Amino acid sequence: MSKMVYADNAATTALSKNALDAMMPYLTEQYGNPSSIYKFSQNSKRAIDGAREKVASILGARPEEIFFTSGGTESDNWAIKSALELRADKGKHIISTGIEHHAVLHTLQHLETQGAEVTYLPVNELGQIDLNDLRKAIRKDTVLITVMAANNEIGTILPVAEIGAVARESGVLFHTDAVQAVGHIPISTAGMSIDMLSLTAHKFKGPKGCGALYIRGGVRLPTLLHGGGHERGLRSGTENTAGIVGLAAALEEASLHMNENAKRVSAMRDRLIGGLTKIPASRLTGHPTKRLPGIASFVFEYIEGESIILLLDQAGICASSGSACSSASLEPSSVLLAIGLPHEIAHGSLRLSLSEDNSEEDIDYILEKLPPIIERLRSMSPLWDNKK
Amino acid sequence: MYSEKVMDHFGNPRNVGEVEDANAVGQVGNPICGDIMKISMKIEDDVISDIRFKTFGCGAAVATSSIATELVKGKTINEALSLTNKAVAQALDGLPPAKMHCSVLAEEAIKAAIADYYQKQGVDPEPIIGCNFNCAQCKEE
Repeated sequence: MSKMVYADNAATTALSKNALDAMMPYLTEQYGNPSSIYKFSQNSKRAIDGAREKVASILGARPEEIFFTSGGTESDNWAIKSALELRADKGKHIISTGIEHHAVLHTLQHLETQGAEVTYLPVNELGQIDLNDLRKAIRKDTVLITVMAANNEIGTILPVAEIGAVARESGVLFHTDAVQAVGHIPISTAGMSIDMLSLTAHKFKGPKGCGALYIRGGVRLPTLLHGGGHERGLRSGTENTAGIVGLAAALEEASLHMNENAKRVSAMRDRLIGGLTKIPASRLTGHPTKRLPGIASFVFEYIEGESIILLLDQAGICASSGSACSSASLEPSSVLLAIGLPHEIAHGSLRLSLSEDNSEEDIDYILEKLPPIIERLRSMSPLWDNKK
Repeated sequence: MYSEKVMDHFGNPRNVGEVEDANAVGQVGNPICGDIMKISMKIEDDVISDIRFKTFGCGAAVATSSIATELVKGKTINEALSLTNKAVAQALDGLPPAKMHCSVLAEEAIKAAIADYYQKQGVDPEPIIGCNFNCAQCKEE
């Protein structure tokens, strides 16, 4: 295979060797159903119990507060829909932000068609909310605050602990979509007044198709899937043993090396930011320092993001864009519009997302290949002519 | 997601730039939607002797511009006016459904340039071509 630089780790990550090794027995000889009572199956049961304990301890939670799901989207859907059901007698008002992932945003939009009322807190140009806006938005009938821990497109980290404190003092449930944050920045349910937290394994080098929802003890969230009573009766379905074991192994590894990874990865990220913001009419999106270690996100004016992605692909670089043309709709990313970018600039977005698997050579390669691509597309753009 | 032909025309676009002594220039699309095509032509004796394009847009927008210039270069005005968006898409071995609007834009850009040519000749293009595809103008009106 020709040279490939994978710089789309916010989309998904490579499975870690440790996670794969941990999973292998449960993909091969240890195929017993964890619900069966004979010794053979109890191996699977023990593996899941062990994984649950591991995840709980890393998140500062108790094992019975961890519920395994199929991933972030399921966890988000479950948390939000069920919180509304749980607090139906109190009201139907939810508070969120304008920069949530589609798994949250589209769930909220669906609930709005069912009579829920949603306040989307505005964000500033760096993607930050104002806690005073949050306080002011809370009403008597507010049942849930759902705010992401860190943004997947622009990397901005949100103040989960502070939001949790506001929610707690107001008696409102707080859910955080921490899919992009877990395994990358410290996050603990112990000190953060979080009632529910979504995570997914494949964002921290675990397998795809396996995630978890933390539900704080005492929050009696309604059942998501009825059936054989798995996951304490709340989420039935035979467990994805290998996935669960892989999730725990990957999370353990990511947590163990979090500080050193963050240091090395954010240094590479900052080299990208320093190099690419030198390109005329370009800028960083998201907060310059309060951002995920791996995410370098930009807009390049007068060109379109999908074209950048395709030319990067020809150079062997995998990246992504929030431009309209890289999605099925013709609207650019709602996150980029929420931070105040006009449509025509939001079309020129590029996200490079790194992991500890990237090298300094990868950064050199991107810094060498990307500027001529921007220049080439601008030389073809009638807007660039007008600008000059 | 794209055919090889689209990727070829995107990666090695034909006729990029501007015709220096152009007597027909058309621009369609708008930056808010993420696509703008600008086509310039030299028309001599009813024949498009030279044509170039500049495009702001996605891979399909660039590829449809490129193939459209190839399809009409050396053709008469009437032949160029008969170019449909479907023919543009077919010449690229098809486009994903979400990208068909790019082929429409290519057809419109050709027509807008020819409309400009007629206008410069003092001929009202509307009876010949119909709408001049200057949608910004339509919105202002």
